[in-house]
Amino acid sequence: MHTQPLLHGRPAKTSLHALTSKALGLKARTTTLIAGTLLALIVLMAVFAPLIAPFDPTALSPANRLQDMNATHWLGTDAYGRDLFSRVVYGARVSLMVGLGVAFLTVLIGLPLGLVAGYFRAIDAVLMRFMDGLMAIPGILAAIAIVSLTSANLWMLMIAITIPEIPQIVRLVRSQVLATREEAFVEAAVVMSTPTRLILWRHLMPNTFAPLIVQCTYVCAAAILTEATLSFLGVGLSSETPTWGNIMSDGRIYFQLKPALIFWAGLLLSLCILSINLLGDAARDSLDPTMKRKES
Amino acid sequence: MLSYFIRRLLAAIPVMLVVALSVFLLLRLAPGDPAVIIAGDMASPSQVASIRSALGLDQPLHTQFFIWIGNMLQGDFGTSLISQTSVLSMITQRLEPTISLALAAIVFTVLIAVPLGVVAAWRQGSWIDNLVMSVSVVGFSVPVFVIGYILIQVFAIELGWLPVQGYRSLDNGFGEFASRLVLPALTLSSVYIALIARMTRASMLEVLKEDYIRTARAKGLGERLVLFRHALRNAGVPILTVIGTGFALMVSGVVVTESVFNIPGLGRLIIDAVLARDYPVIQAIILLTAGLYVLINLLIDLSYAITDPRIRY
Repeated sequence: MHTQPLLHGRPAKTSLHALTSKALGLKARTTTLIAGTLLALIVLMAVFAPLIAPFDPTALSPANRLQDMNATHWLGTDAYGRDLFSRVVYGARVSLMVGLGVAFLTVLIGLPLGLVAGYFRAIDAVLMRFMDGLMAIPGILAAIAIVSLTSANLWMLMIAITIPEIPQIVRLVRSQVLATREEAFVEAAVVMSTPTRLILWRHLMPNTFAPLIVQCTYVCAAAILTEATLSFLGVGLSSETPTWGNIMSDGRIYFQLKPALIFWAGLLLSLCILSINLLGDAARDSLDPTMKRKES
Repeated sequence: MLSYFIRRLLAAIPVMLVVALSVFLLLRLAPGDPAVIIAGDMASPSQVASIRSALGLDQPLHTQFFIWIGNMLQGDFGTSLISQTSVLSMITQRLEPTISLALAAIVFTVLIAVPLGVVAAWRQGSWIDNLVMSVSVVGFSVPVFVIGYILIQVFAIELGWLPVQGYRSLDNGFGEFASRLVLPALTLSSVYIALIARMTRASMLEVLKEDYIRTARAKGLGERLVLFRHALRNAGVPILTVIGTGFALMVSGVVVTESVFNIPGLGRLIIDAVLARDYPVIQAIILLTAGLYVLINLLIDLSYAITDPRIRY
């Protein structure tokens, strides 16, 4: 018997959404609602940061350094006397911008490449070997290397995080196209001499949207985590920029004295990643009901 | 089996070529002159020219690539721009802490995640099942560096059971070595424990519904034998796949964990190299890591045949 090992090796599906619901003893819909509310609050916090934050997040005040929680500085101050609450609030902006930006860029590049790879056999072999090669480079190392070559501004950071994420989207779109191109409606379009670009645009692309939306949520969460990791390691945006990773990186020297310097940014980062992943799982369940039945 | 092995090995060659080309082009196609980037803003034109000549940047691009890849294949990863020592010797000096950390994390993962996953599936809906699911949720949502600091806060600062940071080689005695490795290894294994416990639970739940499990119980076998010999072996293939695909997680985790716990391993080396713009070191670490990724996935594909005799090639 000639068997594809990966088919046997495919991991059994079980979603974070189902696990969270069961762990908390909640109904699936309640979990989605909580995740949606949490994310909406974080988005509102990012959008209205100038109204919410009582201080300029970059304003130094050495006289007020390392203060505990008090009526003026609700979460205290960091080693440079900057208001921690204001920095945590503004940190949501960078994280969400990176998450959404990377998800958008990944689709912008990955979708056309996946369509072409799935439809044109000759291009497929070369393109997918290239994608296999890119996938072999751990994303964090690729991002670190790209950022190190350029100035670490927001755009370069997003590009650096996007490149390692592209192969996943290309693979996903390609697999959808490979399945859809065998359908009767595509064959009919070919027989009617429909131009190839129209077949790709009108018949094949719309069929990739459902899994693509779900994958985008995961890419968004992964990008937020990678940005925070790069900032934490000191190779992301400049340390003055209020990002959750930078806040934790600045706070690590003093965390034995003041764990709050790491705690609040870490908590918000974790909640943000969790809520996006939960919403991604919920979207997958509603767009592909067969997945829901497999949950246990 | 042998023909499959050879085919898989041949298929890895174009992948590694793409990796090598990407790593090579990363420096050469970056905006600006690589020699100027390496030399820094304060360098004189003669310093830039000498770096350009030393790196062979005055040669055509394809010639540069073939010289570079030829050197790599002979084990010559170049010289560090900062310390002026061989990159390969720098990497080998940093291997021990990283390998110790990764192995300890894998041991923790197997010892904690697999039994947890098995018991969670066996007692579906019980408190232990809820615990496994909660650990999975936390492991997937909380970044590794946050988990690291939580563990330091609890076990090193509050309870004082273990040292806060640092690394001691095995040469300094097993006690010193192990006590400084426990927290980093637990930190690194957190994502893995979440991933493997969740996957083991899901695989076991599917396998426990099979007829042969009912048969094993009907013939009077003990639950431990049923679970670990009959069920776990059949649930093992998806778990193996996760270990392979989780390699990227491990690399990312190693870089972060070594930074949190101040461990002088390969993760620290690449961060130091990035901060100092030591490109030969960055290129070598990425190339070796990608090679290891390809090798691990090759070995895992081959191990399917051992864990699941139904798979033939």
